[in-house]
Order: sequence, then structure tokens, then C-alpha cells
Amino acid sequence: MITARNLSKRFGDKRVLEDLDLEVPRGGFVLVTGPNGSGKTTLLRLCAGLAAPTSGEIQVDAFRGAIGFLAHEPLVYGELTALENLDLYGRLYRIPERRERCGAVLERFGLWRERNERAASFSRGMLQRLALCRTFLHEPDLLLLDEPFDGLDAEGAKLLYLELAVRGRRTALVATHNPESLATRASARLALA
Amino acid sequence: MTGYAADVAALARKDLLLELRSRDTLPAMLLFVVSALVVFHFALPADSSTHAETGLLWIAIVFTALLGLTRAFAAEREQGLLDGLVLAPCDRSAIWLGKTIGVTAFLVLAELVALPAFALFFHAIGWELVAAVALADVGIAAIGTLLAAMAAASRARELLLPLLFLPLAIPVVIGGVGASVATNPASFLGFLGLYDAVFAILSWASFEYVVTE
Repeated sequence: MITARNLSKRFGDKRVLEDLDLEVPRGGFVLVTGPNGSGKTTLLRLCAGLAAPTSGEIQVDAFRGAIGFLAHEPLVYGELTALENLDLYGRLYRIPERRERCGAVLERFGLWRERNERAASFSRGMLQRLALCRTFLHEPDLLLLDEPFDGLDAEGAKLLYLELAVRGRRTALVATHNPESLATRASARLALA
Repeated sequence: MTGYAADVAALARKDLLLELRSRDTLPAMLLFVVSALVVFHFALPADSSTHAETGLLWIAIVFTALLGLTRAFAAEREQGLLDGLVLAPCDRSAIWLGKTIGVTAFLVLAELVALPAFALFFHAIGWELVAAVALADVGIAAIGTLLAAMAAASRARELLLPLLFLPLAIPVVIGGVGASVATNPASFLGFLGLYDAVFAILSWASFEYVVTE
């Protein structure tokens, strides 16, 4: 589903990725590990089409609307409520039965009670749950998750694990500093230096 | 509503809702335009011409628009939200059009206060001035939103936006002042209409390249 050949990315003089080859088959679940600055986030952004490689090529066999991208930032508007944020994304992703899907994903990640609260009032962990709701709302075929367990409490981590391990067998590229949490689910590991 | 129109409506509605709740932009625009007109009122000599007064109104409008444009992508910039919008499967020009509608709405609201204030401080306004302002709003919002998106990606955004926007606003000032004071305003209004059409099409077509690497 993802094929990269001699993939390189530089920011000015700084090399972030150098001649990376990567093959992620459909249904594959790849953990991306490495120290800070090793290019994990950059690799996910390249896969999402949010950045262009300096050299080499990357091919992602999924259209834009089939990608679920979890970034460092939750990508939600602080002045909108949790439900309004999901409703906006639901409209842009043309999700059928949008209201029901928004409600269902909020329940799955334990945010239903807070659905009418503004995202700006959320704690870090609640924002991460809302970001996960946004990521999974349109039932993506390809997941690109950057530190998905960041800020989550034990219950939140369990809900995410259930989402990843139990609900569907999606293709996923997960950048994490804590690979043990998903070791049983992973089909491969990519260690960036 | 068709898919594209629904996307634009959802994005414009979002911007209006954000402003309704945060009240970051519109109060600042209102305060600025009224303050500028008050300053101009005291700065101009009592026997100043109506041409000079009209010119100052257009300066106030352009700088008020600039103030609004500096905040146009504030929410997206501060929270990295443009990535989220760019990843959505909608046409990326819908992001520009939704934002342009929001900017136009704020500008119109500011002018609903500015034009009566101008009439109070200076002289009565005619339909030509109102028509010119309405046409200018569209052009200013169209090109200004594109430039605001470009500036939002830059570190020197506060510097970059005026540098890019003000030269492109000169034709608006020429057309606006011309339509407001000429005996035959039709040609100037036509010029403003043409400016709107050209820059709206250019901005609509090029926005995708501005928000993607």
C-alpha cells in the first residue's frame, strides 16, 4: 500500500531522511521507531502527501479521503465543541449519516459526555482522544499515527489499543517511542537512525 | 446543495462561528476603522476637498482589511489545522472560497459602521461610493485571502502580508476613489469588477499550490 524508493528529505542543509526504502503491504502494521529528529514525523507527512520528498519517490495506494492522519497537534478548533469539530470534518469527508458516526466515535473514545464542550477547555489527554475521534471518523483504510498514546491515560490507551487491534485490520504506519504497547499487533518495525 | 457548495458553506460557517465566539477580529477592525476616521477628521483642514476626504476613506478601508487578513488564518496557523483541512478529500479551493466569504463578511460589517461614520465626520456618501466599496470588498478578500495563506506559512508573516498585499491593493484604491469622485463612475466600477474577476479566478486556481509543499 505504501512503497518508497531512495526516499530523502532535507530541510535546508539538514538531512532528515536519507535513501529510505519502505514497503508496507495492504493490511500491514508497521511501527516506526527512532530517536527525536530521526524523521518519524517527516516520514508520516510524506506518506500523507503533506510534504514532498527532496529526492526519491513515494507511492501511496490510497486516495486522500481514505487516510487517517494523527499529528502532534490535534488538528481541531479550540473554539468549536468536540461535536462541532467532528461535524465539520464529517461534512468535508462527505460521511453518510454524519451525526450518527460522530456520536459513535465519540462514544468509542469516551468523549460522549463532553461532546458539547469546547475543545479549548479539554485537557491534553482529552484533546488526544478528540484527535483520535477525528482520525477514525471516516473509517480510513490507511492510518498514519504519530505518537498515538501521547497524553492518554490507561483507559484511553486501552480504547486506542482496542481500536487498532480489534476493530478491523487496517494498514497502519505508527511512529512511537513506546513500541512495546503495540508489539503484538505490529507486522514489522522500521528503526530510523 | 452540491458537494462543493456544501464544503464552502461548512468552512465559511465555521469561520463565522469561530469569530462569534472568540471575537478576535471584528471588534479590532471596527475600532481601527472608526479610530482612523476620527484621526483623519482632526488631521484634515476644515476646508479640505471632498476628493481628499474620499481618498482617506479608502486608505482606512484598505488598512482595516489588512488588519482582518492578518487574522484570517490565525486559528489554522496556531494549531496546525491547515494540515487537517488539506487532507480532507474536498477540493482545496473550497478552503479559499470559504475563508474569502468569511473575510468579506467581516469587511462588510466593518464598513456598515465605517460608512455612516464617514458621512458623519466628512460628507454625505452616494450610491457610487457604496457600489465601489462593495466591489472592492470582493477583490480585497479574494487576493488578500490567498496572500494571507502564503504569509501564514512564513515566519515573517506580519511583515510579508503587507508587503504582498498593499501593492496589489493599489488598483482597488485607484478604482474606488475614481468611482467615488468621477462624474461618470461606470468605467471605474467596471474596472473594479474586472479586478475582482481576474484576482478571484487566479486565487481560486492557485490556492492548492499555496497550501501544499
